[in-house]
Amino acid sequence: MPADALVSIRDLTVQFRTDRGWVSAIEDISLDINAGECLGVVGESGSGKSVTALSILRLHARGTARAARGSIMLDGRDLLRAPERDLRRVRGGDIAMVFQDPMSSLNPVLTIADQISESLRLHQGLSRAEGRSRAIELLDLVRIADAPRRADEYPHRLSGGMRQRVMIAIAIACRPRLLIADEPTTALDVTIQAQILELLRDLRAELGMAVMMISHDLGVIAEFAHRVVVMYAGRIVEQAPVGTLFSAPRHPYTEGLMTSLRGRDIPGQRLGSIPGRVPDPDESIPGCRFGPRCAHVEAVCRAAVPALVSISENHDVRCTPRSQALAPACL
Amino acid sequence: MTPAIRLILIKLLQAVPVVLIVSILAFLVLNLLPGDPAVIIAGDQATPAAIEAVRHSLGLDRPFIVQLGIWFLHIVHGNFGNSLVLNQTVASAMLQRLPVTLSLAGLSLAITLPIGIGLGSLAAYYRGSWIDSSVMTVALVGVSVPSFWVAGLAVALFSVVLGWFPSSGYVPFAQNPAQWLRALLLPSIILSLFEIGFLSRMTRSAMLDVFGQDFIRTARSKGISEWRIVSKHAFRNALVMVITATGILLSAAIGGSVVIEQVFALPGVGRLVVEGILARDYPLVQGVMLIYGLTFVLINLIVDLAYSFADPRVRYD
Repeated sequence: MPADALVSIRDLTVQFRTDRGWVSAIEDISLDINAGECLGVVGESGSGKSVTALSILRLHARGTARAARGSIMLDGRDLLRAPERDLRRVRGGDIAMVFQDPMSSLNPVLTIADQISESLRLHQGLSRAEGRSRAIELLDLVRIADAPRRADEYPHRLSGGMRQRVMIAIAIACRPRLLIADEPTTALDVTIQAQILELLRDLRAELGMAVMMISHDLGVIAEFAHRVVVMYAGRIVEQAPVGTLFSAPRHPYTEGLMTSLRGRDIPGQRLGSIPGRVPDPDESIPGCRFGPRCAHVEAVCRAAVPALVSISENHDVRCTPRSQALAPACL
Repeated sequence: MTPAIRLILIKLLQAVPVVLIVSILAFLVLNLLPGDPAVIIAGDQATPAAIEAVRHSLGLDRPFIVQLGIWFLHIVHGNFGNSLVLNQTVASAMLQRLPVTLSLAGLSLAITLPIGIGLGSLAAYYRGSWIDSSVMTVALVGVSVPSFWVAGLAVALFSVVLGWFPSSGYVPFAQNPAQWLRALLLPSIILSLFEIGFLSRMTRSAMLDVFGQDFIRTARSKGISEWRIVSKHAFRNALVMVITATGILLSAAIGGSVVIEQVFALPGVGRLVVEGILARDYPLVQGVMLIYGLTFVLINLIVDLAYSFADPRVRYD
């Protein structure tokens, strides 16, 4: 674990209760989020991005999920095994979260000020009046005009973009060290998306917090992240600094994603796509889970689950043929 | 004029035709009933002439439409006419009995609200567990078992065998609050059994609906305790449903009180209307039915106003 890792996830396997017993949604996830950095997590829906993010704060619906293996370390404590009381101090305090759909993520019967100040009053012991004035400051900070008036309104009076700003204000209220943004712009229209991303970028610089940006949108990731983790079917398939990943992707799945991105700038060219679909978590696939969709699949891919191998500094790939070809000889 | 006051005025105006229709229906239904009040009042041994004299003195020999007109006149005067058997105006008879029924309905609601909401929330929170299934079983028994049967058993056990409560009678609150409570507690609890069953089921389903919403996860992500999430974030959202259910319960309590007052010999409005029906006391029964109609209208008005208090999205502005 690097010295500056803020949150360190190791060998995390999370399972969900289904009719056929416990099924793994993510398996053997290991990643670090460094202080102040912006980590992008990318993958199709069903790849396990959100499951990973929700696991950090243990926010899965009660009784539906369990961490079968692994650890999530913050300040020398394992969040997976921390008592609920301790975890509540981390939630909204050290680590905060912004969710995908701002239309349904705010409580419709509580005022904006009430919802923003709630965590301040809880974590910092502010009074109701102090909480309200701090909430107004935060509304200013997320660039909502006429903050004092908006503070006393209810969410239904606000547009989607404004609601997501309010969600961000709630999340940054206690100056978290890590902000997890789970598809924060997916539910918004394009111009608002750009504004929200810009806001997040500015706030990150201003507050010096780390951001875990989860998105299926490579454009968002390219613009925002320092380092990128690519997930496929519940596993990390590649991680690298953003420049390396976009210029020299090594995993065939990442390559496929890049092809689908590049084609859109060239008129008349068909968008590249990856045939097939993401397998269900309980589908049994021998070896590499991307194998059935992979153009370069070999016998060795079906023989065993590939390991995540470091092929150069800060660049890991989970693909047996590629890592054998690329890994430094000393490993 | 504030929106709330305007809403009240509009609702009250809307209530006028409802009340009018209820009053005409009450009049018609009673006139269609078999049995002749004159015969009953004149007694078994009365001669046809005596019966005719009674009928004339009561105004029952007048044309139908004239009787209806007189009934309306009495409503406008506010006394609802004279009772045929009680030797007082219908209005004063009802005013005398009303505190008993209101006490019964109020006390049973005071028992129902905390228990019904608490049990329903508990069942929803521990959905699928033994807590959930026990609460739902109790609720099912509560709504299914007829109150007159439970009332009979309860009187036999708690009043006759154990002697904890009086089996009948009523003491006004102003006279002795402790005795008032003692007289009303058993009937109120029995009236509550159905109400608790109904309310806890409604609360459970409303809370389950809310627990699945995204903003509950947002609340959790802020580090709020489970208790606060349930009592503040979830319950405030389930409140509209709870208010609706409470309105229905209050209306149902009107019917329920008729049975309970009969079993426990409580001198309330429910008992009054039963006496009135048995004696063919037309003005009395008409008056009570009109009051029942007004009560329904009033309950609906209160529920409408409570919605706007509970949910900012239905505020009338």
